[in-house]
Amino acid sequence: MAASIVIVGAGNAFRRDDGAGLATAGRLRGVLSGDIRVLVKEGDFASLLDDWQGADAVVVIDATSSGSEPGTIRRYDAHERPLPSTFSRSSTHSFGVAQAVELARALGRLPARVVVFGIEGRDFTPGEGLSADVDAAVDEVVRRVTEEARGRA
Amino acid sequence: MSKTRTIKVDYLARVEGEGGLYVRVNGDRVEEVRLQLFEPPRFFEAFLRGRAFAEAPDITARICGICPVAYQMSAVHAIEDALGIRVDGALRELRRLLYCGEWIASHTLHVVMLHAPDFLGYEDAIRMAKDYPKEVRRALDLKKAGNEILRILGGREIHPVNVRVGGFYRVPTRAELAPLVDTLERAREQALATVVWVSTFDMPDVEQEYEFVALRHPSEYPFNEGRLVSNRGLDIAIRDYDEHFVEEHVARSNALHSALKARGAYVVGALARYSLNFDRLPPLVQQAARDANLSSVCRNPFQSIVVRAVEVVYAVDEALRIIAAYEPPAHPAVDAKAGEGSGFGCTEAPRGILFHRYRLNADGTIADAKIVPPTSQNQKAIENDLRRLVERHLQLSQEPLTRKCEQAVRNYDPCISCATHFLRLQIDRHE
Repeated sequence: MAASIVIVGAGNAFRRDDGAGLATAGRLRGVLSGDIRVLVKEGDFASLLDDWQGADAVVVIDATSSGSEPGTIRRYDAHERPLPSTFSRSSTHSFGVAQAVELARALGRLPARVVVFGIEGRDFTPGEGLSADVDAAVDEVVRRVTEEARGRA
Repeated sequence: MSKTRTIKVDYLARVEGEGGLYVRVNGDRVEEVRLQLFEPPRFFEAFLRGRAFAEAPDITARICGICPVAYQMSAVHAIEDALGIRVDGALRELRRLLYCGEWIASHTLHVVMLHAPDFLGYEDAIRMAKDYPKEVRRALDLKKAGNEILRILGGREIHPVNVRVGGFYRVPTRAELAPLVDTLERAREQALATVVWVSTFDMPDVEQEYEFVALRHPSEYPFNEGRLVSNRGLDIAIRDYDEHFVEEHVARSNALHSALKARGAYVVGALARYSLNFDRLPPLVQQAARDANLSSVCRNPFQSIVVRAVEVVYAVDEALRIIAAYEPPAHPAVDAKAGEGSGFGCTEAPRGILFHRYRLNADGTIADAKIVPPTSQNQKAIENDLRRLVERHLQLSQEPLTRKCEQAVRNYDPCISCATHFLRLQIDRHE
């Protein structure tokens, strides 16, 4: 039986590399098919809980600002441990992906599988477009998410 | 010898945007209170110059991910004012319905997820959710009802794309709105239960002498239209805003500080709207307020959480009324032809009045734009509240006093992303 998968790109396209998750979702739309929903989230991360409802697996892609090398890709399994604070939005929305995951965990609404990819950004100043190293990382995450989704779907 | 006391807290969470707060106390005297909004100025007004008038609602909607409808509504009303267009009937009602969706989603997020933890002594909503799962689940369902309105009418939940000058790109059929009825009837019960829940919270007993400013309409609780009124005699048309209000640059903030030219600080938002328009609320909502121990005027800033919960009941009830009476209009929008002129719009964003002014060139491009968001207008009042709060609670030690200050700032549900993004809080208290 095919599993239902929800893929969420999170971020802010008007804060340059903060748009990495959104860009990943955009590119995934072109390559994925089947029972897979691809969503973008630019604010109001609390509603992620609704987006996940009924899904067997969720993949979230978001930009990170942890001080590591721009373009660095990190993969987390939300069932293994809480997400690091870099997924707590320190920008427009104080309720970020990490809070949504932890709230879902507290309420028993966390899907069976939740994977979060972080793409380290370089430039979070106002404006559009990704830095070259972040753009390359987006392509790599598209490849990895596609692989994971095909493995399950 | 008086001693200067210092309390420092690194940052205040659960607000929209980046900012900070500094309080210096010398002996028993509060010497300085500064609300510091660090977020870089947003330059949206400059960005609008030279753009087509039709782009204003979608460009300004990007200022905020929580209240994009407010920006769209103020923009379209101001531009329609400049072009001499009037939008009535079902189109006007659909705009109110869209606003209902935003109020439900925005207020519920703040009331339950951001503000309630202050009253119940939790660091955040996640820790609170472990002890109050029923209340948090209820809030998430309620908020979802608001998002459903935005999705059906706005095209999507965040940054709705269906609003245009003159009306909408596409209007819903009765059948498309019909599924909302069951959802909203359930939401009305959830909203009423939320009012009862927050009314049991332990409220600090403070009353402040505010000048409240809000829209007032002859018959409706205000969303998009009305006169700007206050409890101290202000009663003006929206287009006279600039004659009575001034925006000043203050070094400590990247957001302009607003003031009434005649009297200085004023308060906008749920408390002001409710206190100036209680008589415009339907009996069901008035009764919910009374049952929650609110009088028709509320000067206790901490009770703003109850007032917001009451406004959610109103927004759900109003949405049901609009859907029940809805007959799709013949055209989704009134024609808007380019022309020279100046226009003014002011609507009630969840956080208070949001003023837009545009000057249009003959070819329909924007010559000049001015946007005054609610949080800019509340900055002085927030500082005044903090001064009085710290003065009253000087006996408190650092941690409880700091918590009270954070709670007091959140009374205003400040949206710093609108005003100019996390709020850093620092209290210096030497002793």
